Amino acid sequence: MAAPIILVGAGQASASCAAKLRALGYDGKLTIVGEEPAAPYQRPPLSKKYVSGDLAVERLFIRPLSWYAEQEIELRLESRVLALDPAAHHVTLGDGSKLGYSKLLLATGSTPRTLPPDIGGRLGNVFTIRNLADADAIAPALQPGARLLVIGGGYIGLEAAAVAAQKGLTVTVIEMAERILQRVAAAPTSDFFRALHQSHGVTIREATGLAELLGSDNRLTGAKLTDGSIIPADLAIVGIGIIPNDLLARDAGLGTAGGILVDGQCRTSDPDIFAAGDCAIFTWRGAPTRLESVQNAIDQGEHAAACLLGNAPDYDPKPWFWSDQYDVKLQIAGLNRGYDSTVLRPGKRPLSQSIWYFQGERLIAIDAMNDALAYALGKKILESGKPVAKAAIADPSSDLKALAN
Amino acid sequence: MPKITWVLHDGRKISANVAVGHNLMEAAVANNVPDVIGECGGCLSCATCHVYVDPAWAAKTGTPGEMEDDMLEITTAERREMSRLSCQIIATDELDGLILHVPHI
Repeated sequence: MAAPIILVGAGQASASCAAKLRALGYDGKLTIVGEEPAAPYQRPPLSKKYVSGDLAVERLFIRPLSWYAEQEIELRLESRVLALDPAAHHVTLGDGSKLGYSKLLLATGSTPRTLPPDIGGRLGNVFTIRNLADADAIAPALQPGARLLVIGGGYIGLEAAAVAAQKGLTVTVIEMAERILQRVAAAPTSDFFRALHQSHGVTIREATGLAELLGSDNRLTGAKLTDGSIIPADLAIVGIGIIPNDLLARDAGLGTAGGILVDGQCRTSDPDIFAAGDCAIFTWRGAPTRLESVQNAIDQGEHAAACLLGNAPDYDPKPWFWSDQYDVKLQIAGLNRGYDSTVLRPGKRPLSQSIWYFQGERLIAIDAMNDALAYALGKKILESGKPVAKAAIADPSSDLKALAN
Repeated sequence: MPKITWVLHDGRKISANVAVGHNLMEAAVANNVPDVIGECGGCLSCATCHVYVDPAWAAKTGTPGEMEDDMLEITTAERREMSRLSCQIIATDELDGLILHVPHI
């Protein structure tokens, strides 16, 4: 019998890849190897409804355990791949055993950046949010009256801030850049979320970095900021970006560049090794691209399945993202990389508006706040490539449906 | 637990008892119903859990909310009168016997 296809990493990309391999008729051996004890689960709710206690753990799982048995997919959980030997076509697991493969997918995901120990990064009650275990550790600390410091005003940090503020914590968000969401969104989107958080009592301090976390007996007590001020805190959540897990690939001699380099076929520099999801970097629209999103984990994971079986066109992602904060749903379509202007379109409901990103006259992305119609029709326009005039978008009386169809 | 039946585009049927309170997208995924994807996990951002409610059940399932109505603009299969995003239909005892038609995507 041929050696199995091995999927390294038990997250969304592997789960999607495995399901697609079976759907495409692959009936050979299939093994998922993952470090965490849990079967593949959805990560996006961790910083939202899961950490707030509004979603039970069993509803996070992408598939029930029985599904893996029915589909004859072997799950090797709590199992770390220590080494990958492309020449010998095998991996070495944490228990020392070797597992041969015919083809292999690296869906190793990413790891949150942490603060260095010398500025208090290892103090108790300093958290990151990536895994079920992280969310489980944070949830009990979200007590009314506690003081939360969020370090980093990106989506993860702002989502955590929203959950905590609604639970009655006193929340401060510090952001080193001039404005929150600076790396991922235009100023009007930052303005919207700053005002939203402030209306819920959250203190937002932009252009303010962390000097060091303060603590005693290994417990966080506060933070010294770059402007010299000191604020008290009972817990901190660090949301300062992620690092793609490309070490296994690098050690195996595969090409990496802040992620595992793959071509349009999800293939690494070794013809039998593929990569997908957060850890993979590929060329899209002429630029190196790594997408940190569940959309990409699903779509690239599924795409990799077709590639593992040797038959697929080049991957052409249709990026979309979302964030839930308070009663606002932010939906993002496209990728705003390289935008040179934005157009604001007011929505029809309270707190509803959309920001349309252009590069020259070409629409490249949309941020829609509580405006699913703008998101939906904007996505349609993006995918069809139909030209739209900025003036028409900016005019709230224009008919988006007519513009999209 | 209400019994839900999904009728696939080729006429094949899949039935399952669904826990009250769960949405019918997650129930479809859990029961391996093809063509119900649920990419966004049920947060009204992807429209990949599109189904047609059997007309006999329209009164009991209700009508789409405002956000759902907007998202139905980008379903892959054509939108029809009975179109719903199944993540927005929550299993209740009242829905015991419900039939959902799943478009092929």
